[in-house]
Amino acid sequence: MIAEKPVVASPPERRFWQIFVKFRETGIIIFIVLLSVLVTLRNSAFLSADNFRDILLNISILIIVALAQTMVIITRGIDLSVGSMIGLTAMMVSYTVTGLPGMPVFLAIPLGMALGAVLGSLNGLIIAVGGVPPIIATLGMLSIYRGLIFFYSNGKWINAFEFPPEFRELAKGTPLGIPNLILFAIAVIIAVFFFLKYTRRGRDIYAVGSNPDAARFAGIQIKQTIFTVYMISGILCGLAGVLWASRFESAQTNTALGFELQTVAAPVVGGVNIFGGSGNVLGVVLGGFLLGIINNSLTLVQISPFWQLAAQGLLILLAVVVDSFILRRLKRFSSKRKR
Amino acid sequence: MKLNLSILRRGVVRWEGLLVILIIVVAFANSQLSPYFLNTSNLLRTTSDFMEIGIMMLPMVFVIATGNIDLSIASTLGLSASLMGWLFMGGWDIWLAVVVALIASVFAGLLNGFLIAKLKLPSLAVTIGTLSFYRGLAYALLGDQAARGYPESFTFLGQGTLGTTGIPFSLLIFGGFALIFGLLLHKTTFGRYIFAIGNNEQASRFSGVPVDRIKMGIFVLSSVMAAIAGFILAARFGSTRPDIGTGLELTVITVTVLGGVSIFGGSGTMVGAVLALILVGILRFGMGLINLQGQVQDIIIGLLLILSILLPRFGKQLTSSLSLNRGVVFRVAGVVTVALVFGIFFFWSRTLVLAR
Repeated sequence: MIAEKPVVASPPERRFWQIFVKFRETGIIIFIVLLSVLVTLRNSAFLSADNFRDILLNISILIIVALAQTMVIITRGIDLSVGSMIGLTAMMVSYTVTGLPGMPVFLAIPLGMALGAVLGSLNGLIIAVGGVPPIIATLGMLSIYRGLIFFYSNGKWINAFEFPPEFRELAKGTPLGIPNLILFAIAVIIAVFFFLKYTRRGRDIYAVGSNPDAARFAGIQIKQTIFTVYMISGILCGLAGVLWASRFESAQTNTALGFELQTVAAPVVGGVNIFGGSGNVLGVVLGGFLLGIINNSLTLVQISPFWQLAAQGLLILLAVVVDSFILRRLKRFSSKRKR
Repeated sequence: MKLNLSILRRGVVRWEGLLVILIIVVAFANSQLSPYFLNTSNLLRTTSDFMEIGIMMLPMVFVIATGNIDLSIASTLGLSASLMGWLFMGGWDIWLAVVVALIASVFAGLLNGFLIAKLKLPSLAVTIGTLSFYRGLAYALLGDQAARGYPESFTFLGQGTLGTTGIPFSLLIFGGFALIFGLLLHKTTFGRYIFAIGNNEQASRFSGVPVDRIKMGIFVLSSVMAAIAGFILAARFGSTRPDIGTGLELTVITVTVLGGVSIFGGSGTMVGAVLALILVGILRFGMGLINLQGQVQDIIIGLLLILSILLPRFGKQLTSSLSLNRGVVFRVAGVVTVALVFGIFFFWSRTLVLAR
């Protein structure tokens, strides 16, 4: 499916890559600022602290999963099963916390992450060891995990009143002044940032994505690296599943149905190359933030919510087009320099 | 290269043989499980449930064979059906509305094709964007309304049968298109170009294949067929809601890949794809007869998709190099243990709520 080989950064080019990456993020920031100014002119409620908190709450779960998706995309993969993994862990954790009222509620978090790790590892095994193309493997697992939600629950949902009252505090509680959900997102952002930047496995992810052959010759364990990103994706989906159930106080058979598309959209808008090898945490966070602002501002300027999806789609297209123009100019620029 | 291709071709033939065997096995199992399976009118009636998927699958074979993907088809289906319904509710003649919606689908395909072929953007990213965009337009048109009250001449598209034979009209439409698309792919220069692009786009460009125009054409074809599937689906339901056909793209891709079309492009046959559609069709029909929920059926289809690629690979690996050193044994033991613990927790925790 991958038609074009991505640009491989050679040393003299790398500086331009950095400039490009920086420029790219400036682009998104300018877009965000412009949009904010325009919306504020129409409705000053946009800049209120309450509204800001709303936006952050709405995008926290998206950013957690989008970062997992980013790591997968950097290795030239894609994880379409994230929505189903979120739904399945949300259901299993909700059943456990309502079925065992004596259980300390905070244990739901490690439980969800452990369950997610198992699901993600299965994806990783099929892809890294089995050699099944990621898009097919995770497409299949999307159906399988979603089907397991029905099999597990027999279609029986967990509703708000059935949860222990402390469970909602997991996402909505504010022991530190801001909702836990936002703190979880910040923690994940910082953890992924350090993982990608300062750990060996994190650097390997970029190497495997930008040139698998070179990575193999450099002695990087490709299979293990690919397995790891899908396992991490599962772990973060498990976390997201618990937070989802806690925030919306329900576990339904259609929880997070179709969520995978948004988690791909945020990195794409944030400048992560869909062919792998490049992308960074700041871009993804800004991409998710931009998606959140768009959805929020359409409501504020009283455009019918039915236009939300169309606007989001248009934004993704715009981002992809702009990104390719910048990339092409950069390519032309660097080839001139070589001569 | 010659040797490579012949091996590939032999592999494909074997693949279709495998599909035929699977179809026979499933049909036999079904007839044993339920006395209602081998009933011609039942079988014919159930085919109409898969015709929309089949009609979208035909151009998807082209798209995937060139090494691309089109995730936006179900949204194009929704947009065309919604536009048609919206115009019809606005007092238009239904057939005029159909023509306008068809033209709209051409533009939808042109946008995809322009971004992918001319601007050289990745089809995955583009069609994820248009997936949201087209579906969003469908919502913008109909909102939370549903268009209904279609005349009988239109609903015949999805509900009609040929005289007293019980053959659904949509099956005939699909059959006709399948023949045309099959001939296009296997008997024309256009079809050879498709495989050439899928095998090596750069090389085909240098040897004079009009790569961009063909890619454009394929994406327009994909959108137009999605629109036709949309009309048939709307006719079958007798109404259009803006969420019509949501998620069908995944089923279409599943069937196409199951049919042996390589996800990397360059190989595949129309016969294989149609056989895969039949297999998925009778498998689902049989599972419905023994009262499996639709979503639990999805587990089986998903497994089939993954195993169809996993098993041949494992077979090859087992015969070539199987080294049972200590590391492998430890890892396998670890995987089994984790799977066991997960399984036990899975079944135990569901009884916590369900047994109450």
